[in-house]
Amino acid sequence: MLTEQQQQQYIKPSRARTKTALTGRMDEGTELSLTIAHIVQRLKGSHLHSQIERQAKECLHQPEIKLESLREDVRSFLKTSGWERKLQNAVYRELHIQLPPSHPTAPPEHLKEPLAYMRKAQASWEKRVFKSLNSMSTELGVPLARMRPAVEQKELANKWNEMGTDEPDLSRFRPVYAPKDFLEVLISLRNPNHDGSEDVSARSHWGLIQVPLNVRDIPQLRQAYSELNLTTGQLGIDDHAHIHPDLFESEYVQIGKKVVVEQDSAAAQQYSRQGCSTGLRADLWALILNSTNQPQDVMHYEQLKAGVIQHDLLVDNLIYKDVKLTASNDDYYFVFEDFLYQVLLCFSRDTAVLEHFKYNSATPPKSYIQGKVGDEECAVVYPPNGVIPFHGFSMYVAPLCFLYNEPSKLYSVFREMYTRYFFRLHSISSSPSGIVSLCLQFERLLQTHLPQLFYHLRQIGAQPLRIAFKWMVRAFSGYLSTDQLLLLWDRILGYDSLEVVAVLAAAVFAFRAENLMEVTSLASAEAVLADLSTLKVMPLIQIFLFATAI
Amino acid sequence: MAGKVKWVTDIEKSVLINNFEKREWIQVTESEDWNFYWMSIQTIRNVFSVDTGYRLSDDQMVNHFPNHYELTRKDLMIKNIKRYRKELEKEGSPLAEKDENGKYIYLDFVPVTFMLPADYNLFVEEFRKNPSSTWIMKPCGKAQGKGIFLINKLSQIKKWSRDSRTSTFVAASSGKEAYVISLYIDNPLLIGGKKFDLLFVDPSLWCLTLRYKLGFCRFCTVKYTPSTSELDNMFVHLTNVAIQKHGDDYNHVHGGKWTVSNLRLYLESTRGKEVTSRLFDQIHWIVVQSLKAVAPVMNNDKHCFECYGYDIIIDDKLKPWLIEVNASPSLTSSTANDRILKYNLINDTLNIVTPNGDIPDCRWNRSPPREALGNYQVLYDEEQAQSENAERDLRSRSGQSLGSKGTKGSAGVRPATATWK
Repeated sequence: MLTEQQQQQYIKPSRARTKTALTGRMDEGTELSLTIAHIVQRLKGSHLHSQIERQAKECLHQPEIKLESLREDVRSFLKTSGWERKLQNAVYRELHIQLPPSHPTAPPEHLKEPLAYMRKAQASWEKRVFKSLNSMSTELGVPLARMRPAVEQKELANKWNEMGTDEPDLSRFRPVYAPKDFLEVLISLRNPNHDGSEDVSARSHWGLIQVPLNVRDIPQLRQAYSELNLTTGQLGIDDHAHIHPDLFESEYVQIGKKVVVEQDSAAAQQYSRQGCSTGLRADLWALILNSTNQPQDVMHYEQLKAGVIQHDLLVDNLIYKDVKLTASNDDYYFVFEDFLYQVLLCFSRDTAVLEHFKYNSATPPKSYIQGKVGDEECAVVYPPNGVIPFHGFSMYVAPLCFLYNEPSKLYSVFREMYTRYFFRLHSISSSPSGIVSLCLQFERLLQTHLPQLFYHLRQIGAQPLRIAFKWMVRAFSGYLSTDQLLLLWDRILGYDSLEVVAVLAAAVFAFRAENLMEVTSLASAEAVLADLSTLKVMPLIQIFLFATAI
Repeated sequence: MAGKVKWVTDIEKSVLINNFEKREWIQVTESEDWNFYWMSIQTIRNVFSVDTGYRLSDDQMVNHFPNHYELTRKDLMIKNIKRYRKELEKEGSPLAEKDENGKYIYLDFVPVTFMLPADYNLFVEEFRKNPSSTWIMKPCGKAQGKGIFLINKLSQIKKWSRDSRTSTFVAASSGKEAYVISLYIDNPLLIGGKKFDLLFVDPSLWCLTLRYKLGFCRFCTVKYTPSTSELDNMFVHLTNVAIQKHGDDYNHVHGGKWTVSNLRLYLESTRGKEVTSRLFDQIHWIVVQSLKAVAPVMNNDKHCFECYGYDIIIDDKLKPWLIEVNASPSLTSSTANDRILKYNLINDTLNIVTPNGDIPDCRWNRSPPREALGNYQVLYDEEQAQSENAERDLRSRSGQSLGSKGTKGSAGVRPATATWK
């Protein structure tokens, strides 16, 4: 059991946040009951629902359940047996992916993305990508999907655990797009309702992103990320070898163990803000994401695997190519090559992923049966999960292989991470965690607090975003050493936001500012920032947020 | 003590030479006056052979102990460890405690091994106890995975002995073509489905045993399978880089290697911190015990140091097994990271054996100061252990003086990082 003080620190703030989430901006009445009704509806008929029902029925046999106080006794039983906690976690999860309260007659596309110009830009980008995929299919004579002949199916089933040894001829396949192509699209984004011509002054923006989104500056970040301040213990700083563990680490880890025992998603999320100990991280992340790996999840994964064996998709080749080009050459992740195939090939076929498009500004591409373009009845989403992988996509999965070595668990955690966070890194939206906001935030932070550096880099043709973009799109995976990356992702989960990615990018520039001031070309700037593998992320973030003079 | 260190080497490797040059040492030839000789194993044999009667002077150091082979030859290592265990047992040392199955609790760190042809009958007896087991045959005097093969039927051994000229099987005395046969660890810990082993470099000075913090794991490029059909596929079973390099999937960027810190992160994240610490403690224990086992026969020459390469396999119960010890871990670099690692290793080694870059003076007994250790950490300081013994209890178990030939009895067991027991 957590002590009173620990409860104060970890459980109460998260409960308070839950309450705020439920009530929006503390407006009463209809919004709250609408939200509750919505969540009830989502959980109704779920596996958890039937499990709780069954538990409630079975407990009736127990002697301590009395007829006179049936209701209270059953509730009390559900509490002590941990089922109430599981329900709480499920509700908490729903709140994370829930759409913000909106006007009752707003069309669904407004729920995906409220700003029209963003929607348009995303739609046109999607068209481009899908067109590229289609032409690849035509040029190479490879169908988007085909059923595998029985012999091939058997072969694949045998080789399932070592697809990495396969050497299909991938030379003809090119990635559908690379991050830098996407960056160009973001750079060209303009809000047609905003006339920026009058702003040519000290307030004008020097960076590449020219849309007027609200992004937080250091004073606001200090408030929002208060747990990262200089006086609060952190993993990634206060667990350094030279610091005696009794000063912070030992007790913090003990608390972490209790949080895991409590099985409380909200507490785990709050806890993760100060970092997760390596021995507890896997459990804590699974708790935060409510990724419980029930038998039905395992079964779902097996079904996806069966789907992979039955059908071959064109995007499979893109996945192979991506893994071969990125993870297989990575010092940390090459070992897990086979796991990556097992996860990503299944991911492509998982139609459950389509759900997240309700709150993703993107729309899954549709493919039409030959000759029936435009006929919605002959349309099918392609790939089945609606996500076309791009160059570097496999790096979203790779770090997770250090935490989970059981395929269905690895899969389920990845899927949750993607549908909560990573999708925002490659779709055009106004979300504060979306890549557009992150880019803008990065540039603004740099311009506001390191104006000399920004100006210098701009003058030599080395716009900072051109270097930092690839880090942010991957949430730094493949650029930092794995232990540091995991500490960063602890905070993404803890704060339920990708903002720390933008903050870290700015902090890296701040850290290498002296060297960067000396360079005279984009190439040399790239060289200064080529190797981030020795960086310690938490000190950098902490110093940037809390020690920068404002 | 003016004058730069004069060095000689018969191993033309850049990681060595760059380190000498960075210290502005002077290259000389063997016939001239030299202070520091980094020699290959062949050369050390000649230098210390009875015939040449070589005497090293006080300002000369070499990078091998004259009888390093007591640890680095597979058969002698086994012999020494078996003898050490028996001795401890005879003394009634708690270290030699056995469990109800007759297995040593603390000293069971090498797989069951027999010398061939000498112990052939003992081997057959053991084999028949577990007829479905797999055994690995290794030539005693070879390295880099040469001449190794697996068997799982007695007939295969008989076939082998028939095929190789009978004289080699029978020639026990020369020991040159002798083999060892060990129980194959068929449940290795797999990561990403792949088998790997650990290579740690542990240099030994006359008094100190050190552990290099930056060891590495070598992965097989092919998925591990214990299936009998793959017994012949060396890519599945042997992790030596010399063999893996020729596989189709060998990657020259990372060379199929992981740092030990990656391994640690992975194990802590998937198995927990406590069991991972226990595993690494056990590995340290293995190093210390193996050195103690050969201490009585090792000529603890102050002119010598050795960078032993410890090859360890971890099984799926997280138990480490000592596979072999190498006298001269390869200085060839297969990747850029590799080169950096080896360069740093030599650098740190030189800092310890020649503190301040001075000409060595073997009359000095001092251990290197902490700052000079670099990436090394002290595993076992015999000097320190001895002084502690002397203070505590002068009653030595076997009446032997507390000389530098190693200590006997439980009093000498003081690994720097013992956290269990």
